[in-house]
Amino acid sequence: MYKLTRATFNGLGRCLIAEKHLSAIKITSRGLVSAEHGDDSGKNEVYDVIISGGGMVGSAMACSLGMDPNLEGKKILLLEAGNKKVMDKVPENYSIRVSSISPGSATILSGIGAWEHITKMRCKPYKKMQVWDACSDALITFDKENLQDEMAYIVENDIIVAALTKQLDSLSDNVQVKYRSKVVQYAWPLPHQAADSIPGVKVTLASGETVQTKLLIGADGPNSMVRRELGIPTIKWNYDQSAVVAVLHLSEPTENNVAWQRFLPTGPIAMLPLSDTESSLVWSTSHRLAEELLELDEESFVDAINSAFWRNENQSELIETAGSLFRGALSVIMPSAGSPRQLPPSVAGIGPKSRVMFPLGIGHASEYIRHRVALIGDAAHRVHPLAGQGANLGFGDVACLTQLVSQAAFDGKDLGAMQHLLQYETERQRHNLPMMAAIDLMKRLYSTNAAPAVLLRTFGLQATNMLPALKEQIVAFASK
Amino acid sequence: MYANKFARFTLGLSSRRTATGCGGLQRAAGRSGFSWTAVCKRRTLWLQRSACLNTQQNTVPCHVSARSASQTTVDPEEVRRFQSLASKWWDQQGEFAALHAMNDLRVPFIRDNLLNVHRVRHPGKPLRGLRILDVGCGGGLLTEPLGRLGANVLGIDPVGDSIGTAQLHSSIDPDLCERVCYRASTLEELAAEEDEAEEEQGAGQFDAVVASEVVEHLADLETFAFCCNQVLKLGGSLFITTINKTNLSYALGIVVAEQLLRIVPSGTHNWDKFISPVELERLLESNGFSVQSVQGMLYNPVSGAWSWTDSTAINYALHAVKVRDDPHTEQAGGSSTHPEDHHTAATHV
Repeated sequence: MYKLTRATFNGLGRCLIAEKHLSAIKITSRGLVSAEHGDDSGKNEVYDVIISGGGMVGSAMACSLGMDPNLEGKKILLLEAGNKKVMDKVPENYSIRVSSISPGSATILSGIGAWEHITKMRCKPYKKMQVWDACSDALITFDKENLQDEMAYIVENDIIVAALTKQLDSLSDNVQVKYRSKVVQYAWPLPHQAADSIPGVKVTLASGETVQTKLLIGADGPNSMVRRELGIPTIKWNYDQSAVVAVLHLSEPTENNVAWQRFLPTGPIAMLPLSDTESSLVWSTSHRLAEELLELDEESFVDAINSAFWRNENQSELIETAGSLFRGALSVIMPSAGSPRQLPPSVAGIGPKSRVMFPLGIGHASEYIRHRVALIGDAAHRVHPLAGQGANLGFGDVACLTQLVSQAAFDGKDLGAMQHLLQYETERQRHNLPMMAAIDLMKRLYSTNAAPAVLLRTFGLQATNMLPALKEQIVAFASK
Repeated sequence: MYANKFARFTLGLSSRRTATGCGGLQRAAGRSGFSWTAVCKRRTLWLQRSACLNTQQNTVPCHVSARSASQTTVDPEEVRRFQSLASKWWDQQGEFAALHAMNDLRVPFIRDNLLNVHRVRHPGKPLRGLRILDVGCGGGLLTEPLGRLGANVLGIDPVGDSIGTAQLHSSIDPDLCERVCYRASTLEELAAEEDEAEEEQGAGQFDAVVASEVVEHLADLETFAFCCNQVLKLGGSLFITTINKTNLSYALGIVVAEQLLRIVPSGTHNWDKFISPVELERLLESNGFSVQSVQGMLYNPVSGAWSWTDSTAINYALHAVKVRDDPHTEQAGGSSTHPEDHHTAATHV
């Protein structure tokens, strides 16, 4: 052993002899080195990745990184302000907050081992989606290869989080989770090393503990603290709408494999299947109407839902005539295309204590990344629930960022370096922005009674419904 | 584009006899070495003492220093210019942007070729257990990625300020502290030490030697190849990236990059020192290497990215494997075939 160390340190010996030549510059740099080491030996622990926010998207990110073979041995920390959500057995009552999970998201979740837990707990696939207009007869239906495949799944958010929590428990070697840990402060490093800059992102928790990381992933929701503290400009506006959500009991058991959505002038109302006898309601409407809906007794609320899906009071004769003429003309050109209008099941009652409203808005962070920071999920983009894409965009972020961080690790790169983070931003904005624009456009187009807009959307919807190729494109884009 | 190469230019295998250069170097070594001790605080005093004793032994001339008699005139003016750049190594948009971008090609090139030879799989740390020498490491741009892949890397560079920058930068990352070491030293100094160690432990310490964008600045390639052979284990890999000696490389590397676009300060490169792959291959083959592959590289100054290309007309990467000990060594030492395995484990504790 003596010989071995001798061989290694003989260079060092020469250095010591020349010690008196220490220059001022070197003293400074050495001072810095030891100062930083002094910090490290304290409780300022350094992680490779810290994820802030343990919701659906944040937990999925932690699982996804924790399971990647190229990231084996990396120190990953998930910070969640709330309690650990364990679900020993599935609760009898359905939860009111649900997400539409596209096949693409299901693949991502099954890749990280959570989908298996979800199917064991509770989820409902649907095979068809019907969207129609309250102001005309126009409708569009989406399905996949003649009802062979699932369009998407309706899953309760609690179930998704519970499945991911279960999966995180099995990854405890790779991913550390701190529940009930609220972040009080972030300190950001400078892009390239300056003498007085800290090397990584420093996170101070409410407990007084500080941790440091090479890459901070902000998954802390639409009011992201990470985004705010970084001062990333966000384009956002409120829709002057609120969503009323509830669990609905159907009047009779059906196959219940269709997602229904009707555009009312006040906003879209959607009924999403949960089981043979239950569905989930997402009713976007004006704040005033939403408050009224919450005040109603159960019976009147059920009546309001049924009439919202069934009544034709908003239709005008002009639009109806024009619409049917256009449809007639289209069916002459393409006799086989199109599909008949179906009617949604009627609602008999609502689940106990299951009526909640929340305001709706749209928001898009102009940047998803900064030096050593990336935003994912609602922290980067928030959409209207009308297309059921919110969670899917978030899971898409997870898959994309995991792949790029994994490649960076395999290439020996600094995980927080700009190069691959920029790639993440470009790739995701290319997907998220068109989706958000489309959702926003739909929302605006359907928020009015004005005849020209109604005519335009009537013709547009009917024409699209007649073009299977275009519909397939839409479904493929939304399924990613 | 090639401003970075100032670092390497001073690597001109300056012989130990050039007294003035030696003083400067030793001072640089002393300073940075001292900060290195700050990094590795766990080294105890008796270790340092024993190391001091070694220093004296090191000054005993050996055949390596005798060979490297070629005088490289290190222009103090240019060294000073380079030293002013030392702090800029890690500015990814700065003078060294092209070198940062080159990591996208050279790290996978080194990793994949080493993985082909060493077939043990360590997920997360693919190069774990390998010892790599990065010759002319500069600010540690290539040293750090190799360290992150799990290898134990020693980066050497004669410019003390660059070594200081490299040490400071790697000290930030606790992962790297364990695996990456730097020393202000030249290759032949190291080879001389290795030569000494060899007396007792057998030849060659390293599984791989990396000389990226270095050889076009060397004065004596023959000695370079000899020293590489010296420090490598049998079957170890040598990775070189450099510029070809063609009309095109003159036009782009010197006329365009230095004189027209002024991406690089003029005078960075000396076309006469460029070497063609064929010439380099011949040189390496005669020094106990077998060349495995040569691949062309292309830099796109607009996108700032490198890509592989079939043409080796401008930049290229080469991978060679040491197939036999250099004949000179055999004559001089004779004891070079002793296996030495435990040294690897003991170096960077």
